[in-house]
Amino acid sequence: MSENVLKVENVTMQFGGVVAVDNLNLEVNKGEIVALIGPNGAGKTTAFNVITGVYQPTNGAVWFQGEKIVENHPQGKMKAMYKGEHAGEYSQVIAPTPDKVTRLGMARTFQNIRLWKSQTVFENVLIAKHCRTASNVFSATFRLNHKEEAAQRANVEELLETVGLSDVRDELATSLPYGKQRRLEIARALAAEPKLLLLDEPAAGMNPQETDELTAFIGEIRKRFGLTIFLIEHHMNLVMDISERIYVLDFGKLIAQGTPAEIQNNKRVIDAYLGVSEDA
Amino acid sequence: MQRTNQKGARTAFLCAAALLLIVLLIENLSVFLPAASVPKIFQSTSMLFTVLKKGVVYSLVAVSMNLLNGFAGLFSLGQAGFMLLGAYTYAILTIPVASRDTVYYIYNGSAINFSLPEIFGGGPVGLVLGVLLALILAGCVAALVAWLIGLPVLRLKGDYLAIATLGFGEIIRAVLQWDKLGPVTNGANALKSFPTFSSFNVQNDAGQVSLRLSCFVPFLLSGVCIAIIVMLINSTYGRAFKAIRDDEVAAEAMGINLARHKRMAFCISSFFAGFGGGMFAMYANQAQARTFTTAMTYEILLIVVIGGIGSVSGSCIASFLYVAASEWWLRFLDTETVLKSGFKVPLLRNGFRMVVFSVVIMIVVLFFRKGLMGDKELPDLFRRRRKEGAAK
Repeated sequence: MSENVLKVENVTMQFGGVVAVDNLNLEVNKGEIVALIGPNGAGKTTAFNVITGVYQPTNGAVWFQGEKIVENHPQGKMKAMYKGEHAGEYSQVIAPTPDKVTRLGMARTFQNIRLWKSQTVFENVLIAKHCRTASNVFSATFRLNHKEEAAQRANVEELLETVGLSDVRDELATSLPYGKQRRLEIARALAAEPKLLLLDEPAAGMNPQETDELTAFIGEIRKRFGLTIFLIEHHMNLVMDISERIYVLDFGKLIAQGTPAEIQNNKRVIDAYLGVSEDA
Repeated sequence: MQRTNQKGARTAFLCAAALLLIVLLIENLSVFLPAASVPKIFQSTSMLFTVLKKGVVYSLVAVSMNLLNGFAGLFSLGQAGFMLLGAYTYAILTIPVASRDTVYYIYNGSAINFSLPEIFGGGPVGLVLGVLLALILAGCVAALVAWLIGLPVLRLKGDYLAIATLGFGEIIRAVLQWDKLGPVTNGANALKSFPTFSSFNVQNDAGQVSLRLSCFVPFLLSGVCIAIIVMLINSTYGRAFKAIRDDEVAAEAMGINLARHKRMAFCISSFFAGFGGGMFAMYANQAQARTFTTAMTYEILLIVVIGGIGSVSGSCIASFLYVAASEWWLRFLDTETVLKSGFKVPLLRNGFRMVVFSVVIMIVVLFFRKGLMGDKELPDLFRRRRKEGAAK
């Protein structure tokens, strides 16, 4: 049996009376590429935000590398309003901030690109290394950490070389073309030295050629960095090409899971999301 | 890359050393040369030296504010409050024991009966060590208070943070003027008689000044502090601050602990504001809570904005220009002038200076939308010129 990297257990996220994610259960095994798909507003990004600590779930738990990193149960007003299942099964409250989750080894990209605008490509990646620095503010200010700093710079240089951005290393991040900004965001996430990479619509707004390049790129970095990848995507070509397993969300509920072939032939998924081509 | 960094650091160090030497030299022209041969502007009573001293103190405070506003993206208006804390800490720790009864005459003497320069044995050594330690402690007190205030206040963002810190500055001012604290803070009265910049002038046996250091000392102190701030900004922590300023959500997602880094920026900025406050007391020869008003924070904010938010050298240049313009160059506008022909120049009267000054500031802001330097530093300008030259 393969090792479990991420496990989402009975997670329900309720905003007021709206249940955005309803009793979600999923697992991502080591080395896998797993996709989360579904129509707009299905709760995919909300699920991502729960996993990375941006939102605290209303009920349920998240496990990362065998360790429980998030847990919550309905409290206060929510106790009476709670519409989900498994109420009362969770009693602890574990609510890490996103930075803590990242330091545990989970890095993400964003649906709408969020690069640091005033910084160059090199600096964008270098800043992501900050969470791995051991030096405190005094040793960093007085350059007592120059070995660590030099190692980090060399590391970033190498990373940029790998992702093919070293020719634009001194350009402002926002001056890059769209496809390269996406690539830079992934490079930045990689600099945080993650075990699990979460990609939120990495191909959003890309043309077919760029999407193909990205597909190859994702496969490449998985092999090179020994990553596990969990992604949200609407480009079915990309999803079907690279993912080993797929989860399908609709109205916050998991409606199907399985291999790409299984999903493509699943009646419920076709009805809810994929649809049928006109000539079929 | 690293080699150019090292080269840049060495050039910056040499430039700073040269600047210090020039200051030392002009300051001492009137000491070394016969009085008659020295131009009026370089004589020790000249306005030039007042401007230099105040300018360099303001530089430090402006850079510390820029660290917070320009680099960490925290819009805080508590700078005068932290300067006040620094000024009082410095003054209380350094007033000579013998002078305490006269300074605190209303409260029948001070509650604190030691003075750091005297603890270090008095004399030149005691003076240097005592003043230095007192200034560092002044910074520490400001940083400690900043840490306490930061706990609730740093959860706020943008304008709300500005209002909260502004309010804090006023509270500090009111507390330090509280009568019950009189034996320590001298109530609403000024603290004086502590060592000032002029105390560093070297005198010969006859009591005459043989080497003037009253301008050199503040330049040295500010220079070292600003150098430390610049090194911080260029370190991995400085980069993290910039990331928080550019995009908080992304910064947090990349493992930067927002609360911790904001608190750090706030405390470090306050440390240097407190240090600068101590130096301001030295410049003004007295420390009185009344002087550290909100208007002072606005003055510093104005300097930061004119210099360019996010530019250290911009803040330094702007503070000298600001101080020189407001204290010196525009002075003549305040006095009524009658020309030889008997023509009375219109408009020139007390208060007209501030009118002209406001207009000048408006013009500067209109033509330099992002401040004099934008977010560039002085070396960037030379680098660009060299690149253009190479392109031709």
